[in-house]
Parts: sequence; C-alpha cells; structure tokens
Amino acid sequence: MKPATLNVHIPTPLRQYADGKPAIEVDGKTVGDALGSLTSQYPDLKKHLYTEDGKLRAFVNVYVNDEDIRYLEKDNTPLQPGDSISIVPSIAGGCC
Amino acid sequence: MPELNDMATVTDAPNTTSTLSNEEVLRYSRHLIMPEVGIEGQQKLKAARVLCIGTGGLGSPLALYLAAAGVGTIGLVDFDVVDVTNLQRQIIHATPDVGRKKLDSAAEKLSGINPYVILKKFETRLSSQNALDIFRDFDIVVDGTDNFPTRYLVNDACVLTGKPNVYGSIFRFEGQASVFATKEGPCYRCLYPEPPPPGLVPSCAEGGVLGILPGLVGVIQATEAIKLILGKGEPLVGRLLLVDALGMKFRELKLRKNPDCPACGTHPTVTKLIDYEQFCGIRGQEAPAKPSTGIPEMPVEELKRRIDAGNAPFILDVREPHEYQICNLGGKLIPLGELPKRYQELDPEQEMVVHCKMGGRSAKAVDFLQKSGFKNVINLAGGINAWATSVDPKMPKY
Repeated sequence: MKPATLNVHIPTPLRQYADGKPAIEVDGKTVGDALGSLTSQYPDLKKHLYTEDGKLRAFVNVYVNDEDIRYLEKDNTPLQPGDSISIVPSIAGGCC
Repeated sequence: MPELNDMATVTDAPNTTSTLSNEEVLRYSRHLIMPEVGIEGQQKLKAARVLCIGTGGLGSPLALYLAAAGVGTIGLVDFDVVDVTNLQRQIIHATPDVGRKKLDSAAEKLSGINPYVILKKFETRLSSQNALDIFRDFDIVVDGTDNFPTRYLVNDACVLTGKPNVYGSIFRFEGQASVFATKEGPCYRCLYPEPPPPGLVPSCAEGGVLGILPGLVGVIQATEAIKLILGKGEPLVGRLLLVDALGMKFRELKLRKNPDCPACGTHPTVTKLIDYEQFCGIRGQEAPAKPSTGIPEMPVEELKRRIDAGNAPFILDVREPHEYQICNLGGKLIPLGELPKRYQELDPEQEMVVHCKMGGRSAKAVDFLQKSGFKNVINLAGGINAWATSVDPKMPKY
C-alpha cells in the first residue's frame, strides 16, 4: 500500500512549534508513520506530543477524520488518501 | 448515542411553581409559539436549575441567555472582582463595574433582563470541600472556568452527583464544546485522562483570546443546556465540537465513553473528590509565578537603580514580538519558545536579567538557562507589568 499524503490539523497551542502553520502535509501508511513524518519536519513538536518513552501524551488526542485513534488501532491505524488527522489537546481557557 | 429520554428526566415535571403568569406568557411569546418549546417547554425551563461556574468570558453570554430564556433558577459561582481587562469579552460586566464583585455585577444584569429568575450566588472558589453540596441543588452544571484543576473537579463532581456537565473551553481563537457526564455518555476524563503539565498551555492572560470567542462558545453552551432541559434536538453528548473562529470552521469529532474511565467507567476509582491542584501538578500556580527554589529574583526598583547608575545588567525579554511593540525595556528579544534554539546568542558568563509580562515565562527561561550553564541569570520579579506599576506609570499595561 502506498503511503497516503494527507493533512495534519495543528491546534493553536502547538502552532508555535510548527512555524505557525494550521495544517502540515505528511506521508504515511499509518498514523504512527504520519506523526513520525510530522515530528521529523518539526522536532520541537515531538516533546509536546510524546513522552520521553515514546508514548502519546494523555492530554493530547489524535483523530483520523472524526474517530479517536484510541478506539481504532492507535498508532497502527491505517490511512487512506484524503484522510485528515487532527491533534486535539486539552485547553482550559474560559473565564480569565 | 444516548436516547433523548435520558435528557428529559433532567428536570421534574412542571409543577404549580412553574406555572406561567400572563406577564411571563407575553415575555416568552416567541418561545411559546414554537412547537419545539410551547407552554410545556417554557414550564420545564422555569422549573430548571442551572449552575454556572464562572461569570467571566464563557459565563457572561451563557448566563445572559439562560436568564433571557426563562431558566427558573440560575446559580452563579465566582469569587473574582471585575477588572478593566475583562471588559473586552466579559459582556455581562460594564465599565462602572470595575472593582466590583463579579457576582454582584452579574446578578444585577440578570435580574434586569429577567426579574422572574431566582438567582443563587456562591461567592467562593469551587473546591473539593464544597462542590458536592453546591451541585446537589441544581439539575445541570455549565463549566465556564479557566483552569485545569477546576475542570477536573467539575467533571468528577458531576459524575458523582449525576448532573450533566455542559463543557466549553477556549484558547486564542479556538474553542471546544461538548456535554459530559450524562448517564450513557462520556465524561471529561474519557477524553482527557490527564491534564497537561503546568505551564505547557498558557492562560488567556499569557496567550490572549479573541474577545468574541467566549461569546460564540458560551452561547453554544447555553443552547446545549436549554436543549437538555427541553429534551429536544440532539445534544453534544459523545460529540466534541471544535470551533475555529478565524477560519469560521466548525468540526465535530466523535467521543466515546471509556469503559476504563476512572470516573465514569465500569469500575470507577474516583469515588470522592481529590486534591485537583496536586493532580494537575500545581501548587499555587497563578500568574505571576511565585519564586520557586533556585530561581533568583530582582525587584524592578533595583533594576531601575542599576540602570540609573549606569550599571545595568544585560536584559533579556522572552515575550512575543507583538508584546514588545506594546512596551519594552529595550532588552534583547528572544521569545521563550525560541530560547532552546537561540540561547547560544547569549553570553553565559554575563549578568543577565530576564523578564516577560508578569514573571512566569521568564522564570522558566531562567531555569532553562541555568540548566544550560548560565551562571548569572536573574528573574525580574513581576515582569514588565511590575515595572509599569512601580517604576514608570506612563508605560502602558496590557
């Protein structure tokens, strides 16, 4: 299967680590590949997405289209061309 | 997806106390002539008791619309005082209210819009000691808070008391909204089992927020609360709405109830409220940052003395370029996020004072530089805001 080329939506709090871009094009057959492609283009993103032992941080969720990868195949979730990946971290602002 | 029947049990059947007077019938006529509301729906609204946590950015539009819609009892939780920087977005407060308790300011406006609403004020910080008692007398809780510990507290208290949690949050120009803690649906911890480490996600004071954004998201929250009360439409249960105000894009992601969730799963381990500050890795974290061990500080008066004496230290400014344009001390600008890439531009032997707006970001910068071998770095206590307060009142504060 050829790796798909698709867009990763970058949420506002992380855009500063991705040259301010709202979306980045990456290649990958799986979510793990695609995020690997992302963090190799933007190494500063890595520590905000992953812990030191390589696990996705618990306050960051990754979606393929509208499904949470925790309920698909996590990093092994396969990707099709045209899929979109969203990174959704928790934000707390509301009152201040 | 939970059935609407679950939602319809949120309020009791209309009783005599929720009968509408002739004046109320006239007031709500635009609701009553719609089949989705009608007399029965309006009576449900009157019988409903909604608790609004926070009367700030999200709380303002939310409470205003709930009152206008005729929600019978509105609870307000806030311990804060109106500040002029709030007026850019907290539209329930006006210029004459600066310095006043937010609760009083909010209650006055809500009574003005709708004198039929019963207002219950809680002038307190929501805590593990009081949350369950406060929640007990309400049917729906709407979370308009601004920090992670309180969000987890609200969530857990909603799960424990069986009240739906209408969630909304914002950052700069993006927002999220959902309805958590219904019987069949997920809770906040299903989505985010753990909070981010402190300091990773800036507050509005540090990150900024588009004034209209809490308006958009707060009214979405009010809409969801009203739908839950009426038992009409499809609530955002199991759905995370993402709002991008700049692109004016609304996206939706699926949320699932996590069977292993410590709060609402099949074998919950959260059976009582905990120390949420500890859970979020914070103790007393509020801007400006309190000095932590190993972060030396210099008061702004001393920096002023040194500059006047011709003996100024090197000044490093770790704010963002657009902040520098508002006001600056002539320091070298390296935004905090760029420091790891650019610190080699600095002399590690040189005496250096680091500042930001209030002292929080610069404390992190000092910590980083110390760990990178800088011998003589000091944090400017209170940041450029303290300078504008104590040294140069002509400097704009922001």
